[in-house]
Amino acid sequence: MTLLFESLFNGVAIGSVLLMAALGLAVVFGLMGVINLAHGELIMLGAYTTYVVQNIFKLEALKPCFGAYIFVAVLVAFMVSAIAGLVLERSVIRRLYGRPLATLLATWGVSLILQQFVRTTPMAYASGLWMTLLLGLLMPVLLPQRIRARFRALHLRVAGWALALAGGIGTAAWLSGISRLSRASARNVDVTAPKWMRGGIELGSLNVPVPRLFIICLTVVAVIAIYWFLNRSVWGIRIRAVTQNREISDCLGIPTQTVDALTFGIGSGLAGVAGVAVSLLGSVGPNVGGDYIVGSFMVVVLGGVGKLVGTVVASFGIGLLTDVIGAGRLLEVWPSMPPTCAAVVEFFATTSMAKVLIFALIVAFLQLRPAGLFPRKGRMVEA
Amino acid sequence: MTTEPLLRVEGLDTYYGESHILRGVDLAVPSGQMVCLIGRNGVGKTTLLRTVMGLLQPRSGLVCLDGEPLGRRPPHERAHAGIGYVPQGREIIPWLTVRENLMLGLEALPGGLVRNRRIDPLVFELFPVLETFLNRRGGDLSGGQQQQLAIARALLGKPKLLLLDEPTEGIQPSIVLDIERAVRRSIETTGISVLLVEQHLHFVRQADWYYAMQRGGIVAAGPTSQLSQSVVNRFLSV
Repeated sequence: MTLLFESLFNGVAIGSVLLMAALGLAVVFGLMGVINLAHGELIMLGAYTTYVVQNIFKLEALKPCFGAYIFVAVLVAFMVSAIAGLVLERSVIRRLYGRPLATLLATWGVSLILQQFVRTTPMAYASGLWMTLLLGLLMPVLLPQRIRARFRALHLRVAGWALALAGGIGTAAWLSGISRLSRASARNVDVTAPKWMRGGIELGSLNVPVPRLFIICLTVVAVIAIYWFLNRSVWGIRIRAVTQNREISDCLGIPTQTVDALTFGIGSGLAGVAGVAVSLLGSVGPNVGGDYIVGSFMVVVLGGVGKLVGTVVASFGIGLLTDVIGAGRLLEVWPSMPPTCAAVVEFFATTSMAKVLIFALIVAFLQLRPAGLFPRKGRMVEA
Repeated sequence: MTTEPLLRVEGLDTYYGESHILRGVDLAVPSGQMVCLIGRNGVGKTTLLRTVMGLLQPRSGLVCLDGEPLGRRPPHERAHAGIGYVPQGREIIPWLTVRENLMLGLEALPGGLVRNRRIDPLVFELFPVLETFLNRRGGDLSGGQQQQLAIARALLGKPKLLLLDEPTEGIQPSIVLDIERAVRRSIETTGISVLLVEQHLHFVRQADWYYAMQRGGIVAAGPTSQLSQSVVNRFLSV
């Protein structure tokens, strides 16, 4: 019984990290069909954001509420990656719609650029740059119509970006005061969990680490939020309409380019939230994205492209399987199995070998069902 | 006609790549009237509608709505300006429910979906079958039902001009009558104009004016009451 619980919990824990990492990709790749190889780097940006937010909360003024930094980090990480994604969509991907190979190469290039960017740029400056983009993009939206109507559009734009630049420089100057953020470093950094998150909770005979629990909760919230957004909100209907029939959606009055940008931004933002989760599991470095990108694509393809349910089931399935194989559970359940079988189970009972076996299983499964676990059915399958 | 027509098309030239499809098309749809475009397959009728909607950019020529040139404005802006489009082959959105498909029709109203969430019950009066299938996926409807859905969706946006591309193609006769009745009724009650591409003579006869196309140009025009049998034989493939 304990064994079952332990296995189940570990599986869910592994699966929720996978799911968190893949959720954004399920939107970007699953719905929009954009192959974004920089998705892992968007996760990495989220992880670094957690580090920056944590350091800000170590300042004297904010020290008392240090325990809450992680929640702030989730929000900020979402916005950081969302804006990075927005810029990426506007500058690169928009020009490459309908050209998957070109998109693949271009986004791979972007991922290399982003990796080098975090190696060579002090985080204080990066934060300043981000603040500039945030203010510059938000200013025209937030300004009331009354004020906007009084000025010329060009003047307003120049003034807006000038103000944003000032804000960005201010942020950079302020954060340069924190020594850990003021110098560029290619070395990994460590995010320390807030005090309430350290240790574990006793659940029956099982000791459950709190960070794992936090990640599971975060994943559940993220899945519910994105499900609600896509299925119930106005923009969700627009997004689904555009991804299914771009031309007619345009004719019905939906601004398709805005929808594209928004969809990509949301998917990227989810990658940022995944970054927060990732930062709690280990140290954060420029290459952290690479650890997650393959798994994310695997989950989305296995689940069935374009189906959120598929992504959820696939990640938990892979999570459970990883635990069953990686921890050699079969041997625990059935200790008296023939020695040859036991040798095989033991051989795969390491993290990396479990991964090998699971990828092999996925490849085999996709040979049988190329459309994944939840293929689309019905009259309009080819449409 | 001395007053400005709702839709005015002047000297329109459209190309697909290098092939010249529309050759100097002139056409007008007066307010509150139904104008029918006839012609055999491949003469450019659909291309004309797509150019009016903004899905294709003309190489030269003018499309004016209410006297205002539409220039290179994208389709979604034209939808907001008051053009409703029912494309050939219906093109409903397959994985959205009938209700959601209808709601997308409200997007063309001022304020879009955010301000308008109520589906005008008039569409269920025109097409009762849609009400019974509200929660079904659009792609699971039959061809005739999809066509009704596409027309209902376009009408919900309260367009000034409705572009209908072969709405009765491949549809059973009883539904064809429903569609004709619905179109006629919206013209009478809301005063919209209709530009119709059609092969069914019965439906063509209900238009006020006809234009006949051949090889990308308008070759004949007149009130449909004077549509002679010889013109019908030349331009309708029935």
